[in-house]
Amino acid sequence: MHFPILTYMVFTPLVGMLAVMVLRKGADNAARYTSLFFSLIPLLLSFILLAEFDGSTAKMQFVEYISWIPSLGIHYYLGADGISVPMLFLTALLSFVSIIASFGIKIRVKEYFAFFLLLEFSMMGVFAALDLFLFYVFWEIMLVPMYFLIGIWGGPRKEYAAIKFFLYTLLGSVLMLVGIIAVYFYTEPHTLDIMELIHRSSSYGHTFQLIIFAAFFFGFAVKVPVWPFHTWLPDAHVEAPTAVSVILAGVLLKMGIYGMLRVSYPMFPKAAIYYAIPIALLGMIAIIYGAFVSMAQKDLKKLVAYSSVSHMGYCMLGLAALTTASFSGVMFQMFSHGVLTGAMFLLVGVIYDRAHTREIAAFGGIGAKVPIYAGVFTLFGMGSLGLPGMSGFVSEFLTFVGSYNSPYIQRWIVIVSILGVVLTAGYILRMIQKVFLGPFNTRWENLTEINGREIFTVVPLGILTILIGVYPKVLSYFISASINNVIKIITG
Amino acid sequence: MIEHSYIIALLPLVSYVLIVFFFSKRDKVASGIAITAVLISFVLSVFALFETLADKGPHIIRFEWIVIPGFSLPLSIYFDPLTSVMLLVVTIVSSCVHIYSLGYMHGDPRFPRFFSFLSLFTFSMLGLVLSGSFVGTYIFWELVGLTSYLLIGFWFEKSSASNAGKKAFITTKTGDLGFLLGLLVMYFFAHTLDYQTFYSLVENNQISAGVLTAIGILLFMGAVGKSAQFPLHVWLPDAMEGPTPVSALIHAATMVAAGVYLTARIMSIIVVSHTAAMTIAYIGAFTAFMAASIALVQNDIKRVLAYSTISQLGYMMLALGVGGYVSGTFHLMTHAFFKALLFLGAGSVIHAVHTNDINEMGGLQKKMPITAITFYIASLSISGIFPLSGFWSKDEIFGAVMREGHYFLLIVAVLVAGMTSFYMFRLCFLTFTGKPRDQHKYDHSHESPKNMTYPLMVLAFLSIFAGWVGIPWLHKGYSSFVFFEHPHHESPVIWLMIISTIVALSGIYLAYLMYYKRSIDPVKVGERFKPIYTFLLNKWYFDELYMGTVIKFVYWFMEVLYRFDVGIIDWFVNFVGRFGLFNSRLWQTFDVYIIDGAVNGAGYLTRWISGGLRKIQTGQVQNYAFVIFLGVVLLILFRVM
Repeated sequence: MHFPILTYMVFTPLVGMLAVMVLRKGADNAARYTSLFFSLIPLLLSFILLAEFDGSTAKMQFVEYISWIPSLGIHYYLGADGISVPMLFLTALLSFVSIIASFGIKIRVKEYFAFFLLLEFSMMGVFAALDLFLFYVFWEIMLVPMYFLIGIWGGPRKEYAAIKFFLYTLLGSVLMLVGIIAVYFYTEPHTLDIMELIHRSSSYGHTFQLIIFAAFFFGFAVKVPVWPFHTWLPDAHVEAPTAVSVILAGVLLKMGIYGMLRVSYPMFPKAAIYYAIPIALLGMIAIIYGAFVSMAQKDLKKLVAYSSVSHMGYCMLGLAALTTASFSGVMFQMFSHGVLTGAMFLLVGVIYDRAHTREIAAFGGIGAKVPIYAGVFTLFGMGSLGLPGMSGFVSEFLTFVGSYNSPYIQRWIVIVSILGVVLTAGYILRMIQKVFLGPFNTRWENLTEINGREIFTVVPLGILTILIGVYPKVLSYFISASINNVIKIITG
Repeated sequence: MIEHSYIIALLPLVSYVLIVFFFSKRDKVASGIAITAVLISFVLSVFALFETLADKGPHIIRFEWIVIPGFSLPLSIYFDPLTSVMLLVVTIVSSCVHIYSLGYMHGDPRFPRFFSFLSLFTFSMLGLVLSGSFVGTYIFWELVGLTSYLLIGFWFEKSSASNAGKKAFITTKTGDLGFLLGLLVMYFFAHTLDYQTFYSLVENNQISAGVLTAIGILLFMGAVGKSAQFPLHVWLPDAMEGPTPVSALIHAATMVAAGVYLTARIMSIIVVSHTAAMTIAYIGAFTAFMAASIALVQNDIKRVLAYSTISQLGYMMLALGVGGYVSGTFHLMTHAFFKALLFLGAGSVIHAVHTNDINEMGGLQKKMPITAITFYIASLSISGIFPLSGFWSKDEIFGAVMREGHYFLLIVAVLVAGMTSFYMFRLCFLTFTGKPRDQHKYDHSHESPKNMTYPLMVLAFLSIFAGWVGIPWLHKGYSSFVFFEHPHHESPVIWLMIISTIVALSGIYLAYLMYYKRSIDPVKVGERFKPIYTFLLNKWYFDELYMGTVIKFVYWFMEVLYRFDVGIIDWFVNFVGRFGLFNSRLWQTFDVYIIDGAVNGAGYLTRWISGGLRKIQTGQVQNYAFVIFLGVVLLILFRVM
């Protein structure tokens, strides 16, 4: 048997968690560097994963298949294809970066890092699992560390935000569980093997597909979050500590889209086509609505949070359109948004650490005081508004072209969605202007420039977004075959 | 050179990267790198021009960009004579502006940053010119927009500058929505975004005229934004908040001409679609007139020039709309030189007197003769006086409009020519002649340093002679070089040349009477036509109109949606949460009082009963004996009865 690289990637953080827990009390620095080490290993492994991955095939690679609960036909089944490999890499990278960004955490340090590694473990698991039971287990484990990370290390309304996040997601996953059980009993012999279930999808009845697709959709939609299930997001983001926001926006939201791409779309192709227009409309509403609401925000972090709602709308539009171009757009957007918004939250954290406020109106003209920070922030802001040369443009363009050429949705939906481009420019530029430009607010006379460690956390993200924007093949190499395969399964 | 023409664009990018990462604190090194890069690009462009003279091409080089199954989007270079001319225009003006900025920006604390932005702009603009696919054009189109934003807001401490940058970006982005949508429509029907592939589809009539009209008008929307045409022209005058060299390079000579360039690149659509062509022509003509009318009364030297730019860009659009590919692009070239010169001259004046207001100038030609002479040359050129560059290109436009039989448009164009020469010489006379109106400023003024005046002289030379390549009697001139299908030659219309010269001269003469000889009092004229004067002074109230409608709506709508988000959606979520909580309390009550009550109640009952019974257990034998006795009596009584 080959080297079980996925198992190593998934379980290293869990080992790291145990290692952090057995450290003696008060060994804060030891906890920091131990978790840094245990998040570095999956990152290094993910480079091997990228190098070894064969982009010419849609087949599952690095497969590990071991019987786990034979009586129920449940397997420990891991594997990666073009849809999961970029996500595994993104998870490893953002976790590593977030752990560096968490070095400033001062209270209950050991617990914090233990929870963080548990979180990484569960996220890796979600992206590697190919058995629905296993997938569900990882999906649910993820809630626990997230709940505590927001609830303990969060802002003033942390309990409210944590419980809201927990219950909302749990409500979603209960419906997903119903779906899983239904699928399990519907198939004969009973199985939860995702690949096998997709393989048999042609035998599922029309009504069955429509109902179970909806159950899964709701479960995933809360996570994305699809409008109107999004209101947990701004609360969670505003209260969460910086690094948790990075993971929340960068990885967790992607799990919803990933679930749709991995499970609900290929497994229920008839439903995917049936629901195309309503889903596209939800995407369109999210794009426009999210952009307008972002514009109305007075808190930097809340603005970025609502911008995620808008940006995830592009993913929904692309999913609904069911073309290779639009699905590629979705993959690009998932990756790109993870990188860009992750960086945005890191940068908001940088200013919050110094100014202890995130109120946009409290700043003004600080570009003169902290030019490097302003430059970096503007760079990622431009990425976020879809400037060509950065990854966001490629994803938006692919989504639009793919959706416009789709036979499954109406073109006016795409045309309205395009308005989002100019609205995004509006709120990003307003934010940049109010924070960095204009007359200098002397209150920030002693503001210090972004430091080396902070720069180090955003540099890899900046390189990635430009690399993908200039040369999209670095990402399309991985996703093409798998995306093409999913589209073939759905549209025949 | 052509097969490696990407180097021309990449050199300034290298300069940008070097300055940002290594020399962001070194004034001399930063400017040295930037100037070297743009000069090499210029030399390479000259080589490329000679190659195109030998072989017009088009030369096409394709690069893989996005490749996914069933969808591929290559980028490419499309190198034809127009590309070559544009490269030359951009590199010449950019070089002049780079060198000029050495003097103009001297002592600015962000001097290296300025040069890095200039490099970034030059890279983006050259990329735009070289691009051979509409998506590539769009990419660089957005990048020049970014650099324009950065440079307008270069002095971002001024609120007006940072506002202007934002306004420019968002206004042009609004036009770009049309551009983007045009790309989608084009891809939908043509399955390509490549210039050459698209052209050949159009030539072979494989795309219906209706679709071409839609594509043409949508792409033109992008051009309307970028080239500041009505109704999206409002950003350009505000963009004058940027440093003056930037106004010369980006907002006069090159970037704003990108819209004209794009329109020239969809000439094959204009030829087919009458509707698209007329839309372009009429918007161009209206813009030319509207902007010229505003320029008549403005008092800020740069704003007059800004409206003049809008007006001249309208001319170019008009020319392209009536099918004048040669005249439109020819005027683009000559305009780039004389308008850059005008702006740099204005910059030289501002540098000397530290004000933009022409009411505080006057008599400056004695103090700064080189600036004054070159400014006069440019003004004569833009007014279309024989034999300067502007004469030949403007005449080409009139000729094109007339040959196609659009007499109404011709009248508008000639009228605008008269207005142009009037407002230009109003500006000249108020700035350079007469008595100084602000003695203090006059006394402190001086001629600019050599690194500023030399670029003026170079551009003055081009403002005179660049147009000579297009003299209609030259059979190997501009038109036969640049024309995209077959060498094409139209005989010049002498009487039109005479009329346009007369009109231009009368404009100058009127300005002379009002602002030099003062035999007509401009104030009285203003009083006489007060409503019109106020209307023009307030720029036709476009800003107020947009603020009162679109902007107001957006601000209102964002608040409404946010309130909806918090008040309805989130309220509902919280309601569900609270309902859940309430429910659980309810069940808790039931649990505590009923179920638990029953359990506890059983216990209480037992205890209560046993408590009662306990009282009987007194432990006194007499009592027990009494009870036993009573029991016995009762038993006997039962038995007996």
